[in-house]
Amino acid sequence: MFIAVIWGVAGLGLVLSWAKNRGNTRKALQFFRRAFLSLAPSIVAIIWTIGFILTFLPSEFVLGAIGRNAGIMGVVIAAVFGSIVLIPAFIAFPLAASFLRQGADVRAIAAFVTTLVMVGALTVPLEMKFFGRRFTLLRNSISFVMALVIAFVMGEVLR
Amino acid sequence: MKIRAVPAILASLAAATVLIWAIRPDKALAVLFVSKDYLLEMLCILPPVLILCGLFDAWVPKRTVERLMGEASGIKGTSIAFVLGTVAMGPLYAAFPIGKSLLDKGASLYNVAAFLCVWAAIKIPMVLFEIKFLGAEFALLRLALTVPAILFIAALLNTFRMNTSRIQ
Repeated sequence: MFIAVIWGVAGLGLVLSWAKNRGNTRKALQFFRRAFLSLAPSIVAIIWTIGFILTFLPSEFVLGAIGRNAGIMGVVIAAVFGSIVLIPAFIAFPLAASFLRQGADVRAIAAFVTTLVMVGALTVPLEMKFFGRRFTLLRNSISFVMALVIAFVMGEVLR
Repeated sequence: MKIRAVPAILASLAAATVLIWAIRPDKALAVLFVSKDYLLEMLCILPPVLILCGLFDAWVPKRTVERLMGEASGIKGTSIAFVLGTVAMGPLYAAFPIGKSLLDKGASLYNVAAFLCVWAAIKIPMVLFEIKFLGAEFALLRLALTVPAILFIAALLNTFRMNTSRIQ
């Protein structure tokens, strides 16, 4: 759905742009070509790494390890796990819900969901290409800490 | 990642895959299949995003972005960052080129950082989905804590960046 919309918008934009000003459109396509070629090798490297991690790190096993007796370590493990994996929300939420029903720590689930969306350890190389090392490492590490803060506040409120 | 590091990493990944192939062919196949799925997803998403960034680069004047989201744009600029991040769909890596284009066109670092974090964390359909599965109490509390956390992260990133520019 998202993919169809974004291709539609990009295609329509190109057609309109071409009709109005060919020079600007050529500039836009050159921008696309340059950006895409410079990104492609990193993207293949990231995706290949993801393939390894998802193959050898089953989600069920890790989420099972963060039960209600895991304590603070369980929350940290959940946050680390959420930082590494790249799973879409429509898979992550039902999975998280089933573990919550089975008695997982609500703090661990909150930490997992928050780092899942806000921290992307595997896309750090890609993010660095756009924003530099300093910004990327800071954004991800501060987001990680804030995810833990959110998780512990939620643990207190939802107790 | 340095440009030169990428071929070395790709070579190690290829070597590791071959090694696993020798021991457990099924696992090596699984690695390649998972990778193929993600590669197709990224190849579907990144080209149109980069085309839109190219069009944005070619057509939108720097002055406009500076006025709407620059250092002097105040709450208005941050609100625009929040709206852009919330209504957009797609994975976070699609937001990187867009955020970079905004930054290059004169949007403030604070607003771009807020845009990235909002894109990552707050999406209307995602919130509804979270309410459905994890309950309204959980989802809305997490949302209520995420908004101030994002403003805090953006402020901190902004401060650190200002410190570096002062040192240089």
